[in-house]
Amino acid sequence: MAKMNTVATHRNISFTLNGRQVTALAGNHQNLVELLQGQGLYGARESCAQGLCGCCTVIVNGAAVSGCLTMATLVDGAEVRTIEEPQADGGLDAVQQAFIETGAFQCGFCTPGFILMTRQLLDAHPNPTEDEIRHYLSGNLCRCAAYTEIIKAVKLAAKKRKG
Amino acid sequence: MATILGKSNSGSAFGQSLPRVEGRAKVTGRAEYVHNLRLPGMLHGKIHRSTAAHARIKSIDVTAARELPGVYAVYTSADIRKLIPEPYYGPAFHDQPVLAIDKVHYVGEPVALVLAEDVHVAEAAAQLIAVDYEELPAVFDEVEAMTSQAVVHETLKPAGTFPDLKHLKGKRDTNVALDFHLRRGDVKKAFAEADHVFEHTFKTQQVLHLPLEPFVTLADPTPNQLVIHTASQSPSFVRIEIARLLGWPETRVRVKVPYLGGGFGAKLYIKLEALVAAAALISGRPVKIALTMDEQFYTLTKHATTLRIKSGVNKDGKIIARECEAWWNGGAYADIGPRITQKSGFTAPGPYDIDHVAIDSYALYTNLTPAGALRGFGIPQLVWAYESHTDMIAKALKIDPLAIRRKNILREGRPQATGTPMRDAGIEKVLERLATRMKWEQAFDKGGGTIRRGRGIAIGFKASISPTTSVAIVNVSADGSCIVYCSTVDMGQGSDTAMAQFAAEALGIPVESVSVVHPDTDVTPYDMATLGSRSTYHMGHAVKNAAEDARDKLLQLAKDVGLSAETTPIPDIFRKKYGMQAGNIVGVGSFIPPYTPPEPGTGQTPDATPFWMIGATGAEVEVDTETGEFKIMRLVNLVDVGRPVNPAIVETQISGATIMQLGFTLSECMNFDAGQCTNASLADYRIPGIRDVPPVMENEAVDMVQQTGPFGAKGVGESGTFGVSPAIASAIDDAVGVRLTSLPLTAEAVYRGLRAQAGKPLQD
Repeated sequence: MAKMNTVATHRNISFTLNGRQVTALAGNHQNLVELLQGQGLYGARESCAQGLCGCCTVIVNGAAVSGCLTMATLVDGAEVRTIEEPQADGGLDAVQQAFIETGAFQCGFCTPGFILMTRQLLDAHPNPTEDEIRHYLSGNLCRCAAYTEIIKAVKLAAKKRKG
Repeated sequence: MATILGKSNSGSAFGQSLPRVEGRAKVTGRAEYVHNLRLPGMLHGKIHRSTAAHARIKSIDVTAARELPGVYAVYTSADIRKLIPEPYYGPAFHDQPVLAIDKVHYVGEPVALVLAEDVHVAEAAAQLIAVDYEELPAVFDEVEAMTSQAVVHETLKPAGTFPDLKHLKGKRDTNVALDFHLRRGDVKKAFAEADHVFEHTFKTQQVLHLPLEPFVTLADPTPNQLVIHTASQSPSFVRIEIARLLGWPETRVRVKVPYLGGGFGAKLYIKLEALVAAAALISGRPVKIALTMDEQFYTLTKHATTLRIKSGVNKDGKIIARECEAWWNGGAYADIGPRITQKSGFTAPGPYDIDHVAIDSYALYTNLTPAGALRGFGIPQLVWAYESHTDMIAKALKIDPLAIRRKNILREGRPQATGTPMRDAGIEKVLERLATRMKWEQAFDKGGGTIRRGRGIAIGFKASISPTTSVAIVNVSADGSCIVYCSTVDMGQGSDTAMAQFAAEALGIPVESVSVVHPDTDVTPYDMATLGSRSTYHMGHAVKNAAEDARDKLLQLAKDVGLSAETTPIPDIFRKKYGMQAGNIVGVGSFIPPYTPPEPGTGQTPDATPFWMIGATGAEVEVDTETGEFKIMRLVNLVDVGRPVNPAIVETQISGATIMQLGFTLSECMNFDAGQCTNASLADYRIPGIRDVPPVMENEAVDMVQQTGPFGAKGVGESGTFGVSPAIASAIDDAVGVRLTSLPLTAEAVYRGLRAQAGKPLQD
């Protein structure tokens, strides 16, 4: 049997992670989730590994991406934000508060992805209709199926954001 | 102000919709899961799996894998047996090997394990292992398995834990892992006397739990103990079973469980734990195995079933006799299947008052992925059959679906098929609330043209698995705060919050001053497992008992130091005793409900279960007669959970269970080709997303009290699943007159039904 070449190549990259400049050694074969794990961040979670469930959602240069399908080296020079990003005054933002108040999660494994996508939704559509909410969050799966509560959370977060 | 015992200034903790105690950790991505855990020196394990459904292993060539740079070790069963001579595990049968020995029994069975520091290296090496198989005849269908020449296991190996399995020890040439029989009255005579006899057969498909956190276990061989960090619903079982395999005392194995990213019955008993423990002990290094999503398809499924029901019915719709045969497709290893066969099997006639009943329920081995408990312990399969059957009878006799149920339901105090009387079982209340919310007795718009509308109702019930034990410790600190130690696993159902509420209520202190310690078998006492909606009732009782024990000790302490606990803040009592903020009061509570085992052969018992769970669903659908496509417009879910501990979390449990069952009803189905699952990924196996939630979903816990429950409560996790599938099938039938008897319900099946109805059936 032919020998497999498993000599992975790595290179140093630098990027902004939750507002701080960091450098890291990234393997060519590694994805963004693994890169973040190397930084001690576990909130972006690889689950389906096909970009279908949204558990590994990360914000790169302002856009939501699937961390499992984004090669680590591609974030060189980028601005990367994750669920662990500190909020104002060390507290929780309107979306996080709304998720707690409406009980919009059970096991919590998918929750970071839903929260990051909800922030994106509300940035683009401050007053989303229920159809818009369902459309925007259709790339995130919740096996506990707290979907009705998530819809309520998004509506509450929209209200909270307006103060 | 410091708390005075029994005088919480925030009022009663029980029955409040308090936010989850772990909310902040979950919304900031910082909740603890085994997924997050890395240890120094840790190796990653990747499994090489069987490509044959049933075969003798002629040879395993691991040379190329071992030679791959970065590979630390490759193990097969030969290596495992040096550590564990009899490496077979399981809750009912000791039938499952840590790695395949001599034979493989299903596609995907673990055959070898690669360890490497780099997970990618381990993954690449696992692909380099070559196994030479001699294929054997295989059996996949549960009914064929009854008589098949292909036998999955040469001899049966019951674990010895359950008395009703002991007689199966050493039995040869059979795929039947348990046959359960119940006899009540005289079925044959009643059938002869009945005005009508109806008989139907129903099928359910293989589906799986698919928690978004796939199975994950990490074992750390420390000098004095093997520490297992695992995403498990049953830490106590894992400790006992791993200790048994190793021939060690329980205390040399320590099992720790943080939060779970979903469980649903998948993460029970032994899954990865035995393999990871063995690998860690052999290698002397911490070992972690985290399965990928597709590997979950090769780990545990829900039983596919064939269910035959025959009923003798009088002209007025009264059911006088019922015969049920259930064949449970258990896959290659028994897991908890034999318990499902019996403990759920005895409810197969449904929540109906029938004098003459016969049940034959069979757990079968086949050459498929093993099957276990999935949110309902077999009940959703049974309700699918008996509620579809009920509506088929109603239609044939031109009786309204609500009327036939009103005529036949088991009312309070009446004996269920086992002879156990129904107590605190809100069957009637649930049915009547469902009828009211569905406006069942009002006219319903059936639509017209190519869009037809229909509606259906279904009601099911479940016994609690019995008898099982829970133990809890409640520790009151000198400042009046309190810690609950229990081995209930919070897998998303909110048990940490519920247990805090139980302790706070029993002590009369604010719930914010209670914290709950996660399962750690060195710290938290025994609990049978977090399954079958048992924790609220069993662990609720244990925590309540422990808190009451602590309260009594605190009252005594106050008395001893000459203070009144009724007027003195808790910290002042401790200070008086110990001269400073010091000391603890430790209360202990345990709980096991009364239980009488069923009589062999007849299944009769006066006490089959500590409580009954009731769930019903009403569905409204729209069917497109040109394509067969249908939409669920409204789902109404009613349950009896006794007094809800936390109404908001209860509602999420009902709604979540319902939507999960919607997936099992409409889209989820593992496809097999010669035993190979051909859609083992989320891309090919579709679970419900946010757009699949019906436009109208209503959930309600009816006003009931479980008199024997802690503060009147009982379990809730599964009840929302019961009625979903048959209610939708009946709604489709109501809309277009097409009755489907196999799950999942698809547009294609409806369309085929419509074509057949029009006398123009489609070719297969």
